[in-house]
Amino acid sequence: MSTLLAEPAAAPARSARSRYTWLWIALLAVAAVSAVRVITGAHQIDSPGSLRAALIATCPILMAAMGGLWAERAGVVNIGLEGQMILGTWGAAYFTYFYGPWVGIIGAALLGAIGGALHALATVTFGVDHIVSGVAINIIGLGASKFLAEAYFADLDGGGVKQLTGLDRPPSFTVPGISDAATGLSEKNWFFVSDIASMVAAVTTGLSAFTVLVFALVGVTAWALWRTTFGLRLRSCGENPQAAESLGVNVIRYKWIAVLISGGFAGIGGGFLALVASSGFVTGQTGGRGYIGLAAMIFGNWRPGGILTGSLMFGYTDSLPLRSSETIHALLLLVAIGLVALSAWRFYKGQRTQAIVFAVLGALFLLWFLTTDEVPREFTGMTPYIATLLVLAFAAQRLRMPKADGQIYRKGSAG
Amino acid sequence: MNIVKRVLGALIAPLVAVVAAMAITSVLILFAGSSPADFWSIILDLPADRVYVNIINQSSMIFLSALAAAIGFRMNLFNIGVEGQYVMASYVAAVVAGLALLPGYANVILSLVVAMAVGSIWAGIAGLLKVTRGVSEVISTIMLNAIAITLTGYFLNTYGDKAGNSRRTTVLEEGSQLDGFTPFLDRDGAIWTLAILAVLAGLGFSFLLNRTSFGFDLRATGMSETAAVASGVKVNRMVVISMMLSGAIAGLIWMPALFGAAHSYGTTFQAGLGFTGIAVALLGRNRPLGIFFGAILFAYLNEQSNRLTIETDISQNVVQITQGVIVLAVVVAYEVVGRRRAAAEQHAVKRQLDAAKPTKEEAVS
Repeated sequence: MSTLLAEPAAAPARSARSRYTWLWIALLAVAAVSAVRVITGAHQIDSPGSLRAALIATCPILMAAMGGLWAERAGVVNIGLEGQMILGTWGAAYFTYFYGPWVGIIGAALLGAIGGALHALATVTFGVDHIVSGVAINIIGLGASKFLAEAYFADLDGGGVKQLTGLDRPPSFTVPGISDAATGLSEKNWFFVSDIASMVAAVTTGLSAFTVLVFALVGVTAWALWRTTFGLRLRSCGENPQAAESLGVNVIRYKWIAVLISGGFAGIGGGFLALVASSGFVTGQTGGRGYIGLAAMIFGNWRPGGILTGSLMFGYTDSLPLRSSETIHALLLLVAIGLVALSAWRFYKGQRTQAIVFAVLGALFLLWFLTTDEVPREFTGMTPYIATLLVLAFAAQRLRMPKADGQIYRKGSAG
Repeated sequence: MNIVKRVLGALIAPLVAVVAAMAITSVLILFAGSSPADFWSIILDLPADRVYVNIINQSSMIFLSALAAAIGFRMNLFNIGVEGQYVMASYVAAVVAGLALLPGYANVILSLVVAMAVGSIWAGIAGLLKVTRGVSEVISTIMLNAIAITLTGYFLNTYGDKAGNSRRTTVLEEGSQLDGFTPFLDRDGAIWTLAILAVLAGLGFSFLLNRTSFGFDLRATGMSETAAVASGVKVNRMVVISMMLSGAIAGLIWMPALFGAAHSYGTTFQAGLGFTGIAVALLGRNRPLGIFFGAILFAYLNEQSNRLTIETDISQNVVQITQGVIVLAVVVAYEVVGRRRAAAEQHAVKRQLDAAKPTKEEAVS
């Protein structure tokens, strides 16, 4: 009876060819970035400093998105990510102040998981609509973080009613030799070589241990959800809970676990904001990143690889306001090139209408690039949202969310 | 007897929720080392005259916001984008009002129309994306919220008039400012004239949903989309129209404050009402009367809590938690009560069937 669920499903066999295709696309993308850099002379677009800032901005979004993935793969929509993330910022600050950064990270996960527990209690146990519960949790999370900050941080060193600064950070390290060599090479501004060197320099210089932890958790998520029996059962709860229950899976328990992990991940994302991305805790410092995480998850088609790509992209745009305006302007050319490439691909696939739409958009971006000298900084902040809307509008058929996502499940409804 | 039972049945869930929220809030305050007694004595104290006026003004805006969300909810459309719609509409309406294209009160009317139009267009984008491209309105409205807030921020910073360190839209000329109604002394403030919009919108909402065929179709779609389609309702059209209606009401949310007190869009803009409205709509079961009480409760908590910071060591933000818990508790309570009732009905039907059915022995003989 349970043989079907006893063994993990074989991962979809990916041929060597498709793996190379992705490698080619990645290399072409780097070449395009490099070309834009050389043409415009905006070397900041992928300097080691820019990439490091982008990496730091990526982590909170990535953790929120991974949190969303855990919940939605088990069939629970979690728009309370923002609230859980906010709780995480407070948890990280409180526990770091008293017990050091590592306990702080655990504290962030704990506070996020409390938000997750609230969501699980409402949606899984009581069968409340997932969106309704998520909205309430966002309200509670924001209120609770303000209340707790005022109650606990006001009298601490470096604290105030709305903040707590001067926290210990998780250790960061630089790989000797490689870091200097790569940084030196990236400063030569050669085509392609310097861009690769930039990437190497970004991950070998002053890399926070917390960043490593975040990427490790992404790997663990991908492995646990797709390569273990536990993951298969959890995902079966998001696809067809009735069938899962009929095969002996305790659906309610799996959903609870998934939502707790989801909240914990979002909390860790919040902790990263407080401990690495900024100089301490400030109320409301998430600034909608929970929602961007949700967007990255959808953009990534509910899969770890896609989510990683989406989060890197959104993280990069999130770090852009720190860069010079020429840099942001140069990116218009990159977007234009990307859209034209997409248009060509769609034309090749025989989708004429979409090819034309993308070609026109590409031309508009090119025109924008050629006729202006700078882009308002505010516009970069909208990029994740507009990108997600466009992906949803043009690639909705290619997106596939878990089949029973957002549906209320009641024990015994398998009949 | 039956009526008493029904009234009790309708009230039990909100009552349980409020009691639960009171208990949780008290525990939290205790946990933070303060006295819950201080908290409740201030919250339950009689409001000052000035606070009465503020409660009425605030609840009118919360009511409009909740009504906007409720229209969507009644047909299972989750318009999370009320926030973005009213930010966008408030800004554009304030710009138009500042231009003073028409004299006096005509300018007010024009601005209200503009606000409703902008709100409904911004919501309509989500509606169109849903029916043409199958994009979930929850996601698209979340994205549109962020875009609206960024866009208005950009326009305000680029084209707004300088006022000290910040920027604002052109201040209304005096003929278009509405003085409102002063029930107490002048220093206690005035009830904004356009608070009346809340009453009008509430009546309109009731009439539209309960007395027109459009309202019937809307409610039918919300209860069972397949049944509605089968009876000839054009669901796609309904989706776009109700999103736009929702956006039109959302556009009005901040108008009482704009013409009554703020007179320009700038630092005086009150953000966040969109999310409060969603919570109040859920609290009031998407019915105008329920929303009315919910809006007053939320406004009351907000205004009364202002005294906390001055008179005690309790943060006034604690009422945000109270409000969130009320919403969560009320939906849980409705769910539990609903399940209980369904189970009771099933039992009743079973008893009747068992009584009517001949027993085995009788059937055999």
